[in-house]
This record gives sequence, structure tokens and C-alpha cells, in this order.
Amino acid sequence: MSALQLALATASLGGRPVLRDVNLTVAAGELVAVVGPNGAGKSSAIRALGGLLPLTGGHTRLDGADLSTLSPRERAARVAYLPQERRIAWNLPAVEIAALGAPFLAGAEATAAGRAALDELEVGYLADRGVAEMSGGERARVLLARALTTGARALLADEPIAGLDPDAQLMVLDRLKARARNGQAVLVSLHDLGLAARYADRVVVLDDGQVVADAAPLEALTPDVIARVFGLTARWVEGPEGPLLASSRYSDGGGGGVVRPVSSEL
Amino acid sequence: MTSGARLILAITLAIVIAAVFAVLFGETALTGAQFAEAFRDPSSGPGEVLWQVRAPRVATALIVGVALGLSGAVMQGLLRNPLADPGVLGVSAVAALGAAGAIVLGAAAVPGAVETAALVGAGLAGALLVLFSARVRSPEALILFGVALSSFAGAATALIFNLSPSPIATAEVMSWLLGSVQNRSWIDVAWVTPAVLLSGGLAILAAPGLRMLSLGEETARTSGLPMARLRLLALLAAALATGAAVAVAGVIGFVGLAAPHLVRTAVRGDPGRLLVPAALAGGLMLILADLLARMTPTDQELKLGVFTALVGAPLFALIAWRAAREWRL
Repeated sequence: MSALQLALATASLGGRPVLRDVNLTVAAGELVAVVGPNGAGKSSAIRALGGLLPLTGGHTRLDGADLSTLSPRERAARVAYLPQERRIAWNLPAVEIAALGAPFLAGAEATAAGRAALDELEVGYLADRGVAEMSGGERARVLLARALTTGARALLADEPIAGLDPDAQLMVLDRLKARARNGQAVLVSLHDLGLAARYADRVVVLDDGQVVADAAPLEALTPDVIARVFGLTARWVEGPEGPLLASSRYSDGGGGGVVRPVSSEL
Repeated sequence: MTSGARLILAITLAIVIAAVFAVLFGETALTGAQFAEAFRDPSSGPGEVLWQVRAPRVATALIVGVALGLSGAVMQGLLRNPLADPGVLGVSAVAALGAAGAIVLGAAAVPGAVETAALVGAGLAGALLVLFSARVRSPEALILFGVALSSFAGAATALIFNLSPSPIATAEVMSWLLGSVQNRSWIDVAWVTPAVLLSGGLAILAAPGLRMLSLGEETARTSGLPMARLRLLALLAAALATGAAVAVAGVIGFVGLAAPHLVRTAVRGDPGRLLVPAALAGGLMLILADLLARMTPTDQELKLGVFTALVGAPLFALIAWRAAREWRL
């Protein structure tokens, strides 16, 4: 079984520890969601799995072998990475961006693969449009299409649905879930706990560079964990399409812990 | 025929037409009979003017423009920045410093010495940039390093002026720094052409890396392409092309900046497919700029570098303005 794994990984950025003894695995056939507040280490964990963040301790392994022993090309053939950064330097058309996922294929084959990925994410109509004429959400989907074009068995996506409209968020997660069902190992970072619970096979909760929970969604995201990590009082309720999170926030205005609801239902 | 091939063909055609004009027109107006004589007997007076004065000058303008356009396209792709050009990274300034030092030390009398000094300067700047970029991957940091390098080389060149005991040498350095393709011979063309072709070859090898860099550093690093090697090839190509251009023609600004912008839309932004058209556009621009500079009725012939700077600086401001609005730089 193919698996990508962080084993007791420790890393720092500018002297600040961002990962502390993190164990994290994503195996073929599963969709894993990494959640946590801002600065918890979600992006760092994903970058470490992609071989982009040097570890000061521990290992990144792919099918048991240390990732650093693989050549860039071998690594890219097995692991695709979608960064959070969405800036594209030039006004390239979508199909050419998607085709960059397959830099070793001949031009026509790469273009065909890129087009297929755009269609999969329902942005085939953007194929010939330049990025300057796209919305942020469209651009995000085109960049995800590039990561899908690679055909790698493991996919790491840092906030793939940030900035997408609700319909597109569900569509993208549906597609990623389908890819996991077809045998890919898919790991995404998400901010929306409700969507994480609904789509992920497993949820990893990170806080301050440490894994706080790693289990099936509702076992990982217990009211206690949500309270400690996110500062929310919350409970899961059964919705028509899966669990929904009813939550409220502790007031921090000196009121001594008065509960003030600011949002409910996701 | 693909759109890229059509674009290259169109610019090449424009170069041929511009070159014919540039050879036919000059300070000395030739009559029809003189033209006929020049074509019949290249060693005649008019023949000398056409084939030993104007033609090598036009060829030099072409090859220097190609070098500048190419290195501008490479640098903009490498740094993902529409405002990058051979001047920005300090390669031109260090090459100019090398040449200025050689002139003041009296090496101008030795054939090829000033050119070699300029090439060595460009190579040195290129090596420093390669060392720096191996340690720091951020393009912004590389630009800042280039600005520092450029300022330092400018200060050192000023120091040479300051300490130079001979006003003649100072005037010579000044004239060279202003940039010109006047009085260049076929020998100049013969040695600079292979250097520029080599740099073009290196740039084309690096093209897939430049294209991938459009999506940012992290995507490029996980794309499977050997980015460290491609980045090195691109830097070498840019340094060699800039060094060759400065060695043969002094400092000529803004062609490297503007040429890629003229053709970027036609290649839909692709920094890889941009290389050849941008190089050719640079060649075309410099032939036309040189023709305009020498046709401008002034007592002293306008230096090409001065002319391109006068036209180019407002263009730079315009590009910066548009880039800031479109790309939120």
C-alpha cells in the first residue's frame, strides 16, 4: 500500500518551531483533512510531506523510503503539491497552466491531460482564457487542475477550497474524494470543520505544531478538542448530508466567559 | 504554421527591411550612381561606406539588440518580474566597470583587452548572482542583491573617474559608457555572434524551467524539473548575453526591458516561447534606434545608449504603472 508519512518530524521557521514530533500518514485510498487554527502548522506539515521544508528531526517517507533519497523527477511522479500561494506571474491561458502538471509529456499529450483535469473540476470553459481574466476562485481551480494533471499517486493540497463559492467547494471535495476512492492518497488542509467531517476519512488536528488528534472525523473533532484548539463551544448535529457543527464563540471582551453565539450551522 | 512561427517570421522580415534601410541611409547621402558603384565594386569609396562602415554597424546593432532582448526575457522569466532587465541585476554595471578599469589602465591600445575586461566583469557578476541564488531562492532578494551590485559597480566606476589622472582616459571611458555601435567592424561582429548564439542555446535549454517558474517557486521545486540546473543555465545565458553586448557596444539600457513586452501578448505570456521573439524584437529595436539616432540632426552624433535611455525611461515608467495596476506588484 502506498503511503506518505511524516515520522517524528520537527522543523523550525526563522527560529520558531513549526512542527514538533509530528506523526502524520496519508495512505492510498484515503482522504485526510488537516485542520487547526492559523499558525498551527498545517502548511508546514504539507510542505514537509512535499519535501519543501527541511526537517531538523525525524523523516519524511514515501512507501517506506526516505523522500530525500528520491530525485526531483521521481518525487514529482509520486507526489503532487498544490501550494496556498496562487500568484501566477504571467497572463497564461488556463490550459497551458494545467498542462504544466505534465512537463515531461509531449506538448499535445500534456495539453490533453490538462484539458481533462480542467473538465474534471468543471472549468473546461476557461481553457483558452488568460489568468488576468479569471476570478480568484477560477484561478484556484485551474491551479488545482495542474496538480491533478501530474497523475501522481499522492496529492497534497494546501487549502484547495479557500475562496471558492459554496457550490464549487462541494464539487472540488467530491472530486478529491472520488480520486481517493480510485486509489490516490489525498491530503488537504481545510478551515471548515463541517466540510472536514463530511468528506474526510480521517481528520488530523494540529495545534502549535503538534498533533492533538488523529482519528475518524467525529472522534478527532470532539467538543473538547474543538474547545481547546479553536476556542469554540460546539456540538455536532445530524444534517441531511452528514454532520453539521453548531458552534459559538467564547467572548473575550472581559465578560468572564459569557457565551455569545456568532454563527451556527457551519 | 503555428502562431509562434508566424511571429518569428514577421519580426525577421521587419529586421530585413529595417537593415536594408539602415544600410542605405546614413550621414553621407549616396546618389543612385554611387549605390550602383558600391554594389559593383565593394572596394570603391561608396562600397567602403556601405560594406565596411554601415553594414557592420547595422550587424552589430542587430546582434547587440538580440543579446539584450534575450537577456531581458530570461531575467524577467527567472525573476517573475516584468521590470527585470540586464541592468537590474547589476551585470551591465559590473561589465562596464571592468571595461572602464581596462581603459584607465591603458589597455585600450591592446586589441580585445577592453572587451575581455567587460566579459570578465559580466562573468564575475554572473558568478556572484549564481552563488547568491544558490543560497537564497527568493526572486525579490535576488533583485535587491542585483541593485546592490549595480550601485557598488557604479560607485567604483565613479571612483575611477575621480582618481583618473588623465582627462583623455576619462573622456574615453565616458564615451564608451554612453553606449554606441559606431565604427564597429566585421571583427567585432565575428567574435560577439558566437557568444550570443551560445547564450541563446543555454536560454532555450532553460526554457521549461522559466515556464514552470510562472507558477511560483514551490510549484517549480515540486514539478520534477531539475530547477537548480535550469536556473543556473538561465543565469549563465543572461550574464553571457549581457557581457557580450556591453563588451562590444558599452551600456545600452531599456532594450532588454522593452523587447520582451513587445511580444509577450503574442506568445500569451509563456516565458519559454518568449525567448526567440524577444531576442529578435531587441535586434529590430536597436537597428531602428541606431538609425534614428544617427539621422537626428545634431552636431555631435547622438550616442545610442543615450537615445535608448531617453526613449526607454518613460517607457519603463509606463510599464511599471501598468504592471502595478494589472498585477498588483
